[in-house]
Amino acid sequence: MSEPLQASPLSVMWRKALSSAFVAFCAASVVIALVPLGFVLFFVVTQGMRAVNLPFFLQLPKPVGEAGGGMANAIVGTLLVSGLAALMAIPIGIGSGIYMSEYSGTRVASLIRFAADTLNGVPSIVIGVFAYGVAVLPFKQFSALAGGFALGMMMIPIIARTTEELLLLVPESMREGALALGATRARAVFSVVVPAALPGIITGIVLALARIAGETAPLLFTSFNNRFFNTDLRQPISTLTVQVFTYAISPYDDWHRQAWAGALVLVTIVLVCSLLARFATRRLERMQARG
Amino acid sequence: MRLSISNRRAALKGCATLIAVTVAGITLAAQTIQINGAGATFPNPIYSKWFDEYGKAHSNIRINYQSVGSGAGIRQIQAQTVFFGATDGPMTNEQLQQAPGKILHFPTVLGAVVPVYNIPNVTAELKFSGPVLADIFLGKVTRWNDAAIAKLNPGVTLPPTDITVVHRSDGSGTTYIWVDYLSKTSPEFLKKVGVNTAVNWPTGVGGKGNEGVSGLVRQTPGSFGYVELIYALQNKIAYGSVENMAGESVKASVQSVTAAANEAASKMPADFRVSITNAPGKGVYPISSFTWLLMYESPKDKAQAKAMVDFMKWALSDGQKYCGDLGYAPLPESVVKLELAALAKVRSS
Amino acid sequence: MMRKDLGFRLGTGLFGAVLLAIVCAIGYELVRQSMASIQKFGLAFWRTDVWDPVAGQFGALPFIWGTLYSSIVALAISTPIALGIAVFISELCPAWLRQPLVFLTELLAAIPSIVYGLWGIFVLVPAVRALEAATPQSLRQLPLFSGPPLGVGMLSAAVILAVMVIPFSSSVSREVLKSVPAAQREAAYALGATRFEAIRAALFYARTGIVGAVMLGFGRALGETMAVTMVIGNNPKVSLSLFAPQYTMAAVIANEFTEAADELYLAALVEIGLVLFVITLLVNSLSRLLIWSMARTAKQTMTAEPTPAAAAA
Repeated sequence: MSEPLQASPLSVMWRKALSSAFVAFCAASVVIALVPLGFVLFFVVTQGMRAVNLPFFLQLPKPVGEAGGGMANAIVGTLLVSGLAALMAIPIGIGSGIYMSEYSGTRVASLIRFAADTLNGVPSIVIGVFAYGVAVLPFKQFSALAGGFALGMMMIPIIARTTEELLLLVPESMREGALALGATRARAVFSVVVPAALPGIITGIVLALARIAGETAPLLFTSFNNRFFNTDLRQPISTLTVQVFTYAISPYDDWHRQAWAGALVLVTIVLVCSLLARFATRRLERMQARG
Repeated sequence: MRLSISNRRAALKGCATLIAVTVAGITLAAQTIQINGAGATFPNPIYSKWFDEYGKAHSNIRINYQSVGSGAGIRQIQAQTVFFGATDGPMTNEQLQQAPGKILHFPTVLGAVVPVYNIPNVTAELKFSGPVLADIFLGKVTRWNDAAIAKLNPGVTLPPTDITVVHRSDGSGTTYIWVDYLSKTSPEFLKKVGVNTAVNWPTGVGGKGNEGVSGLVRQTPGSFGYVELIYALQNKIAYGSVENMAGESVKASVQSVTAAANEAASKMPADFRVSITNAPGKGVYPISSFTWLLMYESPKDKAQAKAMVDFMKWALSDGQKYCGDLGYAPLPESVVKLELAALAKVRSS
Repeated sequence: MMRKDLGFRLGTGLFGAVLLAIVCAIGYELVRQSMASIQKFGLAFWRTDVWDPVAGQFGALPFIWGTLYSSIVALAISTPIALGIAVFISELCPAWLRQPLVFLTELLAAIPSIVYGLWGIFVLVPAVRALEAATPQSLRQLPLFSGPPLGVGMLSAAVILAVMVIPFSSSVSREVLKSVPAAQREAAYALGATRFEAIRAALFYARTGIVGAVMLGFGRALGETMAVTMVIGNNPKVSLSLFAPQYTMAAVIANEFTEAADELYLAALVEIGLVLFVITLLVNSLSRLLIWSMARTAKQTMTAEPTPAAAAA
């Protein structure tokens, strides 16, 4: 093996040292980034576990200054508002995704794609301001519906882009096969292409749900908050995120404990959704590798 | 094919459930009367106690009060997104004009705004005066061992720590009461800052709600803020006494706040909008105030109106007995009588 | 057959149109509701630093300053770390470690903002307060470190933003690095490069995309509301000091929106929302343009020469 031309041992040593330092830096940055993650999770779990008990899940908040009570109404509220958001976002998101993937080269599709990416980047507080002007003021009512509307708008671009990407991954042969058998475009898409991409689409929906379940800002002006249990969607409703916020900035120790418990529930929801999504993606990859 | 059919069925089932829940929710809601209100954080402790107790006795009435600050209370009642508002800074004439209907003020309790502080190693109770408080909030007095503070507190060793002023970041009736008092005692403060629920603070850190300010003061050594009395009591934050017009150094209490109200009670205007800060007299705590509930004279929803009028009657009579424990002063008898008469003006049928 | 296809196209196109309509509606509503403020203050709104609801004087400068300052410092802290992670995961780490690390970084992104805010108030702020109190007097003289040690302030906000932005910048950077053709690295190694030098070549190749990834993180930091509002101190004053409590555009809207009781106050707040909307729109569009242009160059290079499909990182 010939030596590299004109490479002095010193410069080689220096380059090797630099390379090792760089590798060390990269490894260190992984550790540095994971430290706050560990920190946050550690505090959420230890502080949250102390306050999480059965009353927390079953009881309503107690009056100001009295110890005890729970966040039962907030948990139900988060589920309801997220459900509403999904109901609004899934048709629009999937429909747009289908259009963008089927008519991918057209200018309209590019326009929709740009709109989806723009909507994705709009700060959640601006969405809240918009939702207040459109869904609260004209009806003179804070409501769970308005909250679902705001969160739904945030879900749409995530679902749309995920659907588009997954539909584009479906092999062209499947689409062509259906069309060759005489199916209309609609039939080909809905009966063949979409089912093939369905696990991934559902994953996208689950991830979008996890993201909006943790949103606070848009709910401040739309679903407001409610001390009581509420299933009337036209009334303000309590949500985990707003409740954690209200308790966190208060001076009462008992409320602080409950805020940590609420944070634990939120993080658990997000963790479960992420794990589900990971699991589904792995299954999808395995299925695609097979077929 | 099989996949899409079962998915379709699942989707239909999900939609059906959601519709069923919604319908159930709306029908259930039709039997209970839910009333939404929002506003001042100042009376939140007693309001939440009241709504809780009243709700126990009247299970079909749910009053949902959100403590978001007087500014928000005023704005939301103007926009009619809540049925009633609450504020400790009475609405100005301009604000009343902006509302689509006539809004009435109903005093509910009396409270006090106290100066709270967190000075490490100082356990003595500090004395303040209006001009000194104004100078601190103007940013002219910046350290705890400043001569002005030391003069009022002989015998207390104050550290050279910086004073961190904590004020409200949201529109607040508590702020209104505070700056109302400071403007009355310091012409410079009146000129530089003025009186409103949200002002341009020359210095300091902002906390959201009485809750936020208490939280910040509790956690920040060297800090100095203003909160409603009950927040200082419930969170065991040190609060000082203030020099009143008669030259006495008075600490906030049910008695000293009641003394402040007695002057005003005899001269109560018909719309109940009156300021009792810096009231003359002995034993008066100078930073006292009424807090008001805001309602439209002719609200659209008659059922809610009737429920609220009944609640107010309860609050003005039985409800007043909860005041003492929570650090508020009950309303003077003469004021209650005037209010009961005014409540009849609300068109609830 | 054609008509059915047209129906399908119109049907799905309708949903796409709804998406488009939403974005336009947001822009339109923001402009419409801030008209009173735009007309009254005009361009001076962007450079006045007075925020006085009593006197009706509104200027967005403190918030624009606070937003940009916090986001830029956050970017300065997070970019090297994000790139380090991206490089480590895509180039350096053993295969078995890859999936868990990717999962963990995704988890960092998935934690709700309010949870970061909660942790910020009770853990970060006291730590930062201790750090600020421990700063030597000599450094305290500099305007960058002046002011009492409050804990809440620009530094806490920047740190929290950095933590929240790292996963975004790093995952997009990873995607960008994945699209660098393997031939680039292989050529470098063939010439005797060390790992660092080969990676540096790949990074250089992907530089547009990486700038785009970093900008995407910047766009995220600009719009962050809850975590920042809980630790920044909420004081609308322009200040160079990292220790000073300041204010961002998103935070002031969150705090004051529900209570702006007069038309002008509300319009001023909505105008701040409009400014935020426009800035994030520009930053995100630019970043996506950069990433897309880099991916296109890479694709062109890849189609020009056959590369092994095992370039999947």
